[in-house]
Amino acid sequence: MSKDQNKEVALKNDGLSEDEKLYFSDARPRPYEPYSIKAVEDFANWARANSLWILAFGTGCCSIELRPLMTARFDISRFGVAGRPTPRQSSLFIIGGYVSVKTLKRIIRSYEQMQGPKFIIALGSCPANGGMYFDSYNTINQFDLYLPVDMYITGCMPRPEALLSSILELQEDIKAGNCDGANRYVNNLDWYKANQKKVIKNWDMPDYNW
Amino acid sequence: MSTTTGHSADLDFPQPEPIDMASGKYVKIWQGPQHPGITGNMSLELVLDGDTIIDCKTHVGYLHRGFEKLMEHRTFIQNFTVVCRIAVPEPAFNEYLYAAALENLSGIEAPERAQWIRTLNLEMMRLASFMMWIGGMSAAFGLYTVPNWTTAYRDYVLDLFEEMTGGRIYHMYMVPGGVRAGLPAGFAKRIREVMDGADKLLDQVERVMFNNTVFKARTKGLGIITPDMIDPYGIVGPNARGCEITRDLRKDEPYLVYDQLDFDVVSGSDSDAYERSYLRLQETRQSIDLIRQCLDGMPGDGPFQADMPNMLHWQIPPGQTYVKAECTRGEYGYFMVTDGSEFVRRVHVRGPSYTHAIAVMERLAVGTNIADIAGLMVSLHTYPPEIER
Amino acid sequence: MANELMNTMLNRLKTDFSVSDIIERKPALTTLKVARENAERLIRELRDREGFTHLSFITCIDYIEDGIFTLVYMLHNYDSNDTLGVEVDISRDNAEMTSIHTLWAQAWTYQRELREMFGINFPGSPRLEEDFCLEGWDDIPPMRREFDTKKYSSDQFGHREGRHSEQPREHMKVTLYPTRGGDE
Repeated sequence: MSKDQNKEVALKNDGLSEDEKLYFSDARPRPYEPYSIKAVEDFANWARANSLWILAFGTGCCSIELRPLMTARFDISRFGVAGRPTPRQSSLFIIGGYVSVKTLKRIIRSYEQMQGPKFIIALGSCPANGGMYFDSYNTINQFDLYLPVDMYITGCMPRPEALLSSILELQEDIKAGNCDGANRYVNNLDWYKANQKKVIKNWDMPDYNW
Repeated sequence: MSTTTGHSADLDFPQPEPIDMASGKYVKIWQGPQHPGITGNMSLELVLDGDTIIDCKTHVGYLHRGFEKLMEHRTFIQNFTVVCRIAVPEPAFNEYLYAAALENLSGIEAPERAQWIRTLNLEMMRLASFMMWIGGMSAAFGLYTVPNWTTAYRDYVLDLFEEMTGGRIYHMYMVPGGVRAGLPAGFAKRIREVMDGADKLLDQVERVMFNNTVFKARTKGLGIITPDMIDPYGIVGPNARGCEITRDLRKDEPYLVYDQLDFDVVSGSDSDAYERSYLRLQETRQSIDLIRQCLDGMPGDGPFQADMPNMLHWQIPPGQTYVKAECTRGEYGYFMVTDGSEFVRRVHVRGPSYTHAIAVMERLAVGTNIADIAGLMVSLHTYPPEIER
Repeated sequence: MANELMNTMLNRLKTDFSVSDIIERKPALTTLKVARENAERLIRELRDREGFTHLSFITCIDYIEDGIFTLVYMLHNYDSNDTLGVEVDISRDNAEMTSIHTLWAQAWTYQRELREMFGINFPGSPRLEEDFCLEGWDDIPPMRREFDTKKYSSDQFGHREGRHSEQPREHMKVTLYPTRGGDE
């Protein structure tokens, strides 16, 4: 990416009132660049892969299997995964199950507040193709129209072992440098925003939640 | 037996004084939508004056899938597969009530052995749900040892479910007409082992959690439900039984084989959060005892499913029914209307959290300390998925 | 409640409130229909004098072919363990019904949900205009029978094609063994 970032068009933030616009930034997000020395980038990827902290936000049915995952039987913390309450401290967002329109707005808000590099795992069949609620008026059918997904796990609901094996695969992907969901999001921001605004009718937050 | 609660007065809905947010004296914060007990997404819009809550509004709808609309577009047997997902942490009651409503309307009766197996399944579901709740309750106050014990032990119960039905959480086991399969060989022995371990675990939980000075100090006096709130607010289940009101659907309107099982209705004296929690611990022990009784009384052989018509083209004559069961939170009901076609005309799922999480919560939250609001929410044992379905 | 007591009560309600269509659905569950103008008085009478102090739910059945909504109030008597469903028919256009929010504290939540899902107005009910489940909804109330949820879902959220899979018989006949011929 070139260095002329400050020549980019600012975001419009149409959903906010004039007073509120003073509080929120209208700068566009930028993609993060890898380190120039490959060894350092490999080391950074290794560190990121082994310390995936998840945002403890269960969005739908599948997240009921997140609690057994953190107990001693499946023990996800041996892979470096810990649950964090705020998006500022997490790097992995597990979309557990179906996403209703109301929750999608909060997911977008939380995802954009996470600091890159960040990854998304879509758990269950519902984010993949609507799953059991494919004809519901309140649940979305294809999650990756709205946010970039790095790993899908199918099932209804997937066993905790499935989630564990997907985290291991995600770790391999991150170490190989293939997981660039965050950059994909930023580079195609207009397309993602158009999809999001089509579905979320009451957009009363800034265009990008820094 | 029930005691009358003397409800015949009209309720007052005074216009609340508008809170002047611009004065800088009050702070508005949102608790949720994610919350510690991982029971579901529900948020509370709280207005604080210092540390004390002066106004609370519950916001639901994060888990709304429009189930009642979806069920009108699926045939009866297709609905059987989706219906367990209405109340996510405790799915078996949905399957049973759906099957019972259809059996009611079509005049089919499940055979004896199926009823015993259904009772066993429901009691195991109550046990698993209570264990997760005990974990959620102590985690809401910062005691993280107990959830690690109970949620991990609940996995053994989920293993039993997997052996019995094929699924850990969503079983899809109780078909209209009976159950899908009989019990595997040697199953009773494995259940008894898990139940013995659960007994020991609950003793430890009682020592660590209920004899704990900090837990007692924080929960005693929190969220008191008085007897004159029960009928005006429609409070059911352990929340109501905390006030010495011994209403239990398994005793008052017995269904399945509960009239052949021997148990007492557990009730407490003054319903604060501690009393309700202790009551639920006792009901967990009661579930273990009922599971053992089910194993003792189970008939050895017999059909596990009644003769059913062709399920792909099953039409039920027009009618209406309302079936109820006593789940961990109280009266869970299915109201079903059929019109003679292959589709159900209208289904309404009555979840007990509907009134506990909204009307009761908004009333009890006023005056509590912000540090205790999570505990209060969990002590009412609300599962948001059944509120908005 | 012994059958005689229940029958006495129902007979009295027939004369005092003109209830009709009394059907015993199963033992201890009865439904009856009442006209809209008598409904609130009847429910109040049941609550105050007949011991039906518990409101299980308020729901609505959409009979689009007859042009009516049928509201169902399910009341329960804890002393006799009887359940009584009170049905009230209201018209589908400009649907409106007397509010019973002063009788039970959970009634206003049910009325709020019915307004969002069916479009029924309950004048006087507190916080009726607040959203219950849907946020930013701009279509007709979704539980109405004329709302096509599958079409709405495909238009708004799109549809992801499934994996391509073959019909085994066709695939064998046409692709794998085309020279065999005939049904075997």
